[in-house]
Amino acid sequence: MAPSTPRQSQESRPHFVEESLYEVHQKVHPRAVSGIFATWRWTLVGFTQLVYYGLCWLPWNGRQAVLFDLVERKFYIFGLVFWPQDVIFLAILLIISAYSLFLFTAVGGRLWCGYACPQTVYTEIFTWIEQKIEGERNARIKLDAAPMSARKLWLRTAKYSCWGLLAFWTGFTFVGYFTPITTLWGSVWSLSLGPWETFWMLFYGAFTYLFAGHMREQVCKHMCPYARFQGVMFDPDTLTITYDTERGEPRGARKKGVDPQSIAKGDCVDCGICVQVCPTGIDIRDGLQYECIGCAACIDACDQVMVKMDYPKGLIRYSTEHAIEAHWGWKEIVGHVVRPRVIIYSTILAAICVAFVWGIATKANLRVDVIRDRATLAREVEGGLIENVYRLHVINVSEVPHRYAVSVSGLPGIDMIGERILEVPAAAARSFTVQVRVPPESGKKGSNQIFFDVKSLADEKVAVHEKASFLQP
Amino acid sequence: MSDFVSGFWNIYVVGIVLVSIIGCGVFLWSQSSATTVEGATTGHVWDEDLEEFSNPLPSWWRWLFYITIVFSLFYLAMYPGLGTYKGQFNWSSTGQYDGEMKKADDQYGPIYKKFQSQDIMAVAANSEAREMGQRLFLTYCAQCHGSDAKGARGFPNLTDNDWLFGGMPEQIKESITKGRDAMMPPKGLKPDLNGDQIKDLAHYVRSLSGLASDSIRAQRGKELFAPACSACHGPEGKGTPGLAPNLSDKIWLYGSSEDTVTETITKGRINRMPAWGEFLGEAKVHLLTAYVYGLGGGSKEVAAAAPAAAPVAAPVAAAPAEKK
Repeated sequence: MAPSTPRQSQESRPHFVEESLYEVHQKVHPRAVSGIFATWRWTLVGFTQLVYYGLCWLPWNGRQAVLFDLVERKFYIFGLVFWPQDVIFLAILLIISAYSLFLFTAVGGRLWCGYACPQTVYTEIFTWIEQKIEGERNARIKLDAAPMSARKLWLRTAKYSCWGLLAFWTGFTFVGYFTPITTLWGSVWSLSLGPWETFWMLFYGAFTYLFAGHMREQVCKHMCPYARFQGVMFDPDTLTITYDTERGEPRGARKKGVDPQSIAKGDCVDCGICVQVCPTGIDIRDGLQYECIGCAACIDACDQVMVKMDYPKGLIRYSTEHAIEAHWGWKEIVGHVVRPRVIIYSTILAAICVAFVWGIATKANLRVDVIRDRATLAREVEGGLIENVYRLHVINVSEVPHRYAVSVSGLPGIDMIGERILEVPAAAARSFTVQVRVPPESGKKGSNQIFFDVKSLADEKVAVHEKASFLQP
Repeated sequence: MSDFVSGFWNIYVVGIVLVSIIGCGVFLWSQSSATTVEGATTGHVWDEDLEEFSNPLPSWWRWLFYITIVFSLFYLAMYPGLGTYKGQFNWSSTGQYDGEMKKADDQYGPIYKKFQSQDIMAVAANSEAREMGQRLFLTYCAQCHGSDAKGARGFPNLTDNDWLFGGMPEQIKESITKGRDAMMPPKGLKPDLNGDQIKDLAHYVRSLSGLASDSIRAQRGKELFAPACSACHGPEGKGTPGLAPNLSDKIWLYGSSEDTVTETITKGRINRMPAWGEFLGEAKVHLLTAYVYGLGGGSKEVAAAAPAAAPVAAPVAAAPAEKK
């Protein structure tokens, strides 16, 4: 199909202007809002930040419970120790996160953006601080427009200092997941931080300050990749924040108590509060927009106005494209949640979650690698026996030292020379040299399969049955 | 030193780089505004209802690009990138490598120095030195001598008491540093030996260490041994240090079977231990010597006599030292 050539819109005579492709950012001053969805948002803010700021302080067995020790290449999550060989779990975790995102977005739109995303969370916290110091929306707009004065200077200094402290604490906590936070805290006070720790704390803190204090909705609008592709995960049955145009239009002011139908107006009183509360500065009455992060502040705001006007709530509400077209109630909407897309996402997600949990539960605490001495091939020793030399690389993943018993099997008359009890400290790897001897007539010429059995003396269940090969010349 | 064969390429590279960077800047500048239709969309309509919003980008977006351009010019002044210009920081990858080597040397040098000042016996007794020596051994020596140092066919067992070139610490060190070459001429000093005679010799040689042999053949072999073999291996086959191994012990570098001994006599043997001195350096050779010595096979007598390290091509050594 040949690409169609663009033609001028024929609605109006084209009026050409010279326009800059860039504009200076106009700051958005969202009005404070309260309601069900605001409560949900703040609950999630509290929960996520409690976890983030608190988890790194928990101890476990004499060490930090959650610690990502990059230097020692071990990730500690409570009782679990992840070695680099376990990176598959990180990959699976990321896959789980991705499928969860697909699932939530298909069902409820930008739930992540509006309620859980760190950008939203920190912007809300920083906006709250700004509101407490500089006042409500109108006061803030006035302050921005006012010339510098002692009062303005004081307010700004107070605000930036609070932001700075919180940003610093955020950066400090972030680094505290990679270096034990208690030692880090001590280093901060004694001014003995290492260069990289300092760098990352300031880096992360500075970006928290920049993104939550100044960039705010611009991150969502211009930087975030999720914002760009979330649209493709919607379908006509996805719950999105919708302005009921049929009910609300034509909009217009009216006295309280006047029946809107009598003055040929819709329920929308054109108060503009839904625009004032919006953190991205859009008008939801224009329809679902790319900039909308799904925070539902406009729903809360409009519901309050509707209550004041004695109109039913829900002029702006969570609804779906189909529901609006076909005037469905909640029963039909919920009935359409379970659809092929959602079923498939849920099934895959459930399967991967099960695999993940099973994998972690059965994660081995002992790993053995057998490295046969290649160049020596086979050698003849006293008694005419044939000998192969091996190095056993024993990795004790657990956090207690272990002693292991080694034995070998697989060929008639097979025997082992060398240490039979291997001692490996906690969370360490050791190499041991062993020689395996076999009568010359045992097995076949060339490679024969043998097995090394390494068992922990303390716990029979910690055992590995590792394949190896024995060369008969 | 430049890889370019002509000065033209330098100018070519510099030109392309600068024109590109400045060109990007000019391009950004010239494209910062557009002639468009007033309104929210660009005015173009495709497929009846597909339109494009005319949303401006925030100006910090543009400033970030300009900052990148300024940064790139600054970067190219500091680091190499403009042809053969070396940059103010004088960075080079070989320079970085040298820096890292120096850092490693500063870190590990003192450890090596500490052991270098001690004699081999003391180093062999030190557990830290033993572990370092073992790691070095596994890296450089285990491919031939095995990770248990017990050797393989053609590669000596370093844990036994049989040292062709001497088991004293200085001799071991010389073996590692300068390497060793060993050669057994085919059929010894009697190239006219025929197959049957070689077989006799093989039986005699096996009988020297008590292995099963045909006594008649061994008797004939004994007569052949004197002219063919004893010049190097000694009249009773006890060997000459630095020259020929002891044939009357239980240690066989290539194997003790009749076929193997026959092959040894018929074809001779050539073997070589590579010289590691230049590659490893004295410090590591010192640790390796101590490790090998400490494996238990090294000579236990304190070195009172001068080391008897004899090179291969030398004639029969004057006084073969008896070794246990």
